[in-house]
Amino acid sequence: MKYLFVFLFFTTSFIFSFQKDDPKTVNSTIKVSGVCEMCKSRIEKGTIKLKGVKYANWEIISNNLSLIYNSKKIKLDSIKKKIASLGHDTDKFKAPIDVYERLPECCHYKTSSIH
Amino acid sequence: MNFFLRIIFLLLVIKSYSQQYLTGKISYINKENQTINLEGVSIFWLDSSVGVISDQNGFYSIPLEKSTNKLVFKSLGFKNDVIIIGDLKEYNHIMTEDLNELDEVVLSKRKNTIQKSYFKTQNIVNVSSEELLKAACCNVSESFETNPSIDVSYSNAITGVKQVRMLGLESPYLLITEENIPMVRGASQVYGLSFIPGPWVESMQITKGTGSVVNGFESISGQINIELKKPVNDAPIFINVFRSGMGRNELNFHLNKKLSSKINTIFLVHADNNSSIHDNNYDGFLDHPTFNGFNLFNRYQLTDLENGIVSFLGLRYMKNDKEAGEDAANLKLKRMAWKSQINTDRFDSNFKLGYVNPNIPYQSVGFQMAYSTHNQNSFFGIRNYDIKQNSFYTSFLYNSIIGNTLNKFKTGLTFSYDDFEEFVDSNQINYNRIDKSIGGFFEYSYDNLEDLSLVAGIRYDIHNTLGSFFTPRLNLRYQPFDKSVFRFSIGSGRKASNIFSENQEIFSTGRTINLVNRNGNFYGLNPEKALNYGLSFRQGFNLNNQDGDITIDYYVTDFDNQIVVDWENQGELSFYNLDGKSYAKSFQIEVDYSVSNNINFKSAFKNYNVKKQYNSGFKQNPLTPKNRFFMNIDFFSPKNDKGQQWKFDFTYNRVGKQRLPIHADQSLYMGWSPSYTLLNTQLTRVFSEKFEIYLGGENIGNYTQNNPILDSDNPFGTNFDSTLIFAPIIAPMLYIGVRLKL
Repeated sequence: MKYLFVFLFFTTSFIFSFQKDDPKTVNSTIKVSGVCEMCKSRIEKGTIKLKGVKYANWEIISNNLSLIYNSKKIKLDSIKKKIASLGHDTDKFKAPIDVYERLPECCHYKTSSIH
Repeated sequence: MNFFLRIIFLLLVIKSYSQQYLTGKISYINKENQTINLEGVSIFWLDSSVGVISDQNGFYSIPLEKSTNKLVFKSLGFKNDVIIIGDLKEYNHIMTEDLNELDEVVLSKRKNTIQKSYFKTQNIVNVSSEELLKAACCNVSESFETNPSIDVSYSNAITGVKQVRMLGLESPYLLITEENIPMVRGASQVYGLSFIPGPWVESMQITKGTGSVVNGFESISGQINIELKKPVNDAPIFINVFRSGMGRNELNFHLNKKLSSKINTIFLVHADNNSSIHDNNYDGFLDHPTFNGFNLFNRYQLTDLENGIVSFLGLRYMKNDKEAGEDAANLKLKRMAWKSQINTDRFDSNFKLGYVNPNIPYQSVGFQMAYSTHNQNSFFGIRNYDIKQNSFYTSFLYNSIIGNTLNKFKTGLTFSYDDFEEFVDSNQINYNRIDKSIGGFFEYSYDNLEDLSLVAGIRYDIHNTLGSFFTPRLNLRYQPFDKSVFRFSIGSGRKASNIFSENQEIFSTGRTINLVNRNGNFYGLNPEKALNYGLSFRQGFNLNNQDGDITIDYYVTDFDNQIVVDWENQGELSFYNLDGKSYAKSFQIEVDYSVSNNINFKSAFKNYNVKKQYNSGFKQNPLTPKNRFFMNIDFFSPKNDKGQQWKFDFTYNRVGKQRLPIHADQSLYMGWSPSYTLLNTQLTRVFSEKFEIYLGGENIGNYTQNNPILDSDNPFGTNFDSTLIFAPIIAPMLYIGVRLKL
């Protein structure tokens, strides 16, 4: 009986583990403009907190945002729209000027280079 | 001395064999047409592992390579260049700016050698290998002198072994792992840390209080994880030679080789020896043992990043023979001399495999397996202690997320098997025991990426002698402001106490052993069980444009059951189950501050209230200082063009008074040891990236305990005692060492 307990502990985890074969789970990489660690933190935090987004990682150098999300719960366009609303340009949606202006000095990717 | 001279000679030979160098300067031309020197450019031979980085003036120097003459220049924000060097001995290079093809980030800020994070949920201090260099000698048990989280004490005057403590509790209450495999435990409890050579260590993570459930239920006051050198990261050849004024010699040799594009191997060789005899306090006993030992370690690393696989295979063997006791050759004894020998050998093998799904980076699987056999044969006068432990450990770990990466979990299984065989004392009583356990764990962690994170874990273990039980643990982090962080932790832990192995110093006394309870599973005693909880607060500040921080910690360990090791009565040592209260409360306030870019200052005050119910009353633990004060200053000069540099380090330790168990020969102390000061220092001259010499002194304030061995004239009598040690035995010790990276 007690061995069953240990076994249960372990097997419950595998319920979560077959997301790979799930057709709703989509991997995608998009370009997001940004230049620094603060941009990285803003882009990733804003994205991961969206319902349906499982994973978000933005690379400063390449400006690539790698995403894994549930396509039933969220569309790629709404992710891009959200990122733009935080002040970072994407291919489809551009950041509103006033939001961009309010970003900290170091995040002004239109005028400064990657640092 | 011969040994040392031979080593120096060997080094000179190696030095003269060393290759010729290509040197030069790297710069670029900016938009205003100025030539700017470029720091931090990676320069390496195409398809080889030999690489260097240009210094702040753009200079570089790289050994010539026979196999290739194509040199690569690489730097963030510049185009990569491959240049055919030919017969040149000097080559200046001009890089071209390129902002479109950046593929690497190089960060070049000097990191602190002891790092405390604002973002980790647990109270973890990371100690880098650079920090370990400050305590030049020699093994891990001796490397905590510059670290305020861990205290070092001496357990007896015969073997000179140093014991580590955290939160006021001795090392058996810590879980000491090597790359997350439980390591220093059971038979290796006392000497285990001293068998890990310092230069083998890449980094250490010290967790205060309750840690993770992943590595088992055994940790009570904290965890120390030791990461060893990995084949991929280390220099191709490393040589270190050490010699101390007390006759200790150490030699380290590391060889790193690339076997294929995916497989690397490293050979780590360590040898130590001390054959000189010192009796500076004229008690007839050697102040330190003579010894001979070596450690060998060969590990392989497979890295296949495309498929997300990293794997390690390690094989390791060590042997160490110590001899201590009376200096029979110089004493004209009418009786038999009191001698001691401790002979240990150990074999370790381990295999690890990690897999990260390249498409789903938050999913990973880890598997590890370790087998070891540890064998100690020893005698102390007419008392005997032999222990053999065969150990097998395996664990499987799975990492993934729930919903998104803000919610992660770890789950897995561990299995451990330990087979102990002991022969104890002059009548060679035989104790055999097998411990088997299987456990499952689940650990959930949440992080809102801003002010809150938590790690909540639970494990369930089925143990053949401890029974079946849950171990819950919780860690919380709250960061209301950028530089203020609170941490709270609570959790339980339990362990089977190996009373003889953990208290081996008993054999270097004339005390008789009393085993009082007789119904439990371990020597008739019950398992130890405790709850640990604590709160830590850290506040960062900026003063004169330099960063600093203040940390305040308060931790409590409350024992449900403990094996009371009772030294209170002269001539005897009793082990019994706790009947009443036992706790360890520790308070620490620590200030770290960079006085300037070149000077770091660390200071800590610690108060330990460690009390338990003895048969003779509720008392403070003996030989545990109530108060300690610690201060460390380290200074390093800026590197010049050739990479030359001075480093200086100084540590001040004030050790408060300690309660002494009653012994007629220590009656002048009236039950309390005097407080004293310990000073250590070290100076390093870096001649180049490849070569440095260091010089240091331990206990340079020259404080020693006057009469460390009680009743040393009658070592076979019941009043003989070498364990009531509160201060160093050895007067100032000077040492010198050399490090060479090729």
